[in-house]
Amino acid sequence: MEVFERDKKYNEYLNSKIPKTKPWPSLFHAFWIGGLICLFGEVIKDLLMLIPNMSVENASVWESIILIAIASILTGFGVYDKLGAYAGAGTIVPITGFSNSITSPALEFKREGFIFGLCAKMFIISGPVIVCGVIASIVAGLIYLIF
Amino acid sequence: MFDFLMYLKVFLIGGTICMLGQILVITTKMTSARILVTFLLLGVILECVGAFEPMKEFAGSGVTVPIMGFGYTLAKGAIIAGEQEGLLGVFVGGLKAAAGGIAVAVTMAFLVSLFFSSKTKK
Amino acid sequence: MRKIGKQTIEFENMPNIISSYSIVGPKEGKGNFSQYFHKILDDDLFFQDSYEKAERKLFLTATQEALKKCDMSQQDIDVLIGGDLMNQIISSNFNARELQAPFLGVFGACSTMVESLIVGACLIDGNGFKNAVCVTGSHFSTAEKQFRYPLELGTQRPPTSQWTVTGAGCIILSSKDSNVKITKATIGKVVDWNVCDVNNMGGAMAPAALETLYTFFEDTQTKPDDYDLILTGDLGKLGSEILRDLMEFRGYKLGANYGDCGQMIFSNEQKVFQGGSGCGCVASVLSSYVIDRLKCGKLKKVIVVATGALMSTISSQQGDSIPCIAHLVLLEGKDV
Repeated sequence: MEVFERDKKYNEYLNSKIPKTKPWPSLFHAFWIGGLICLFGEVIKDLLMLIPNMSVENASVWESIILIAIASILTGFGVYDKLGAYAGAGTIVPITGFSNSITSPALEFKREGFIFGLCAKMFIISGPVIVCGVIASIVAGLIYLIF
Repeated sequence: MFDFLMYLKVFLIGGTICMLGQILVITTKMTSARILVTFLLLGVILECVGAFEPMKEFAGSGVTVPIMGFGYTLAKGAIIAGEQEGLLGVFVGGLKAAAGGIAVAVTMAFLVSLFFSSKTKK
Repeated sequence: MRKIGKQTIEFENMPNIISSYSIVGPKEGKGNFSQYFHKILDDDLFFQDSYEKAERKLFLTATQEALKKCDMSQQDIDVLIGGDLMNQIISSNFNARELQAPFLGVFGACSTMVESLIVGACLIDGNGFKNAVCVTGSHFSTAEKQFRYPLELGTQRPPTSQWTVTGAGCIILSSKDSNVKITKATIGKVVDWNVCDVNNMGGAMAPAALETLYTFFEDTQTKPDDYDLILTGDLGKLGSEILRDLMEFRGYKLGANYGDCGQMIFSNEQKVFQGGSGCGCVASVLSSYVIDRLKCGKLKKVIVVATGALMSTISSQQGDSIPCIAHLVLLEGKDV
């Protein structure tokens, strides 16, 4: 009991000692970088719409494909992590963050070999996104199917 | 063609969604995988209650570029295919709709890792 | 060798430090101890094809250069002692394979250098061994990969985080006389005050440093002012502040003679939040700056308390708190 009290007190003390960083700068960084990425996507879509016979649906798919490809290449050049250190969620939340979370482990683990390194570790961060996304989509589809 | 009011809306809404993500990072110390999953599920839920389409009409890429858009694509694919083809559609539709994104992400990751190696941080 | 008090060893034959060598990465080379390190790398890949291999080469280079400094060859090594942060301490194992020396692998996370020194000092003090080569180190990129995220992933480091030092240090102990001796050591207990935040190692490890330091002062009936320098391993800025608070609470006020390797190794402009960490942190500072100062008589009595966090990614993911340890050695320099 005494130990429990000590630990509780210490953790409270520890939390009070943690340096408080002002949230506003990081919120602002996330805002403008995140907004800019979305804006960039919209401009791509509008440019794609200039192509004859391009449907809105296809333009949207191309838009995310182009964003994913660009983020992947920027990850390779080692630019995306620097951007991420600045913008935080501003670079995680957009689809580019999903691309970064697939490319970065692939790069990191390629030294452990082709199959067990690069291919196997590719999804260590983004795996949950695909698993949860697939299951949630099936649940959503079932709900609509039944009701 | 180029609608500047739309661009403003895309920037503001997209930025705000990312800022919400940053609030989550600061307050809950969530890691990037959790953030991605949270926003993805948010997109699925918004689509289920029918709120995503109007949001998309309003802000375009501002809501589809954030990973919520990926959740929306998956959910919409499963729902529409389910209505058209029944149970099989429910299983096939989601991934079919999102296939482009996943395929490109995987292929690009593969290609990029052939040409680059991870670099240390300075 | 005899035991004094509860956990402290007093060495009677006084194992001597006859050679030391430190090698660090480019970032550390721009820090506060740049003029003391023996070798600073331009590229932390060190001409290897992976960071793990680079870490091994750091170990090998540090050991070979330290041997060269005291005119020893690798056949002369009585025992090689070392450890690192990698799973199964691979860097040390591969280093021992290259050197073909009798090898004891030890693990104490970031406290491994001091743990190695204690083991080595005991072996020499027992009149059995002529020398013991202690080598530990760490590498930022290998530690990130094993404990955190891929390097290229765009994430922000939390304000309580520390930066793993790229570097290795080798210290050779011998029964031959020299200016610097290990006179006392305290073996620490595993201390866990139920801190779970893996991004706040300083806060988790400070209680371990407290227990060991407190036990040492009690065992030897001394107080902080009796020493020229009290150095903790890698508590960082926050952790060392906490240690000051905790020590004061226990009745031992740490004065201006207290410092932390992690806090001191990087300069303020280097954006590393709380400072450095890792086996290489205390190893490189100890084998460069501290031993250098002891040798030239600028420092006489130096306490080194190295702390280590003994969790793994699996234990943390299963919700366990972070068990920590701290080992202490007392280094004394002769009058020059």
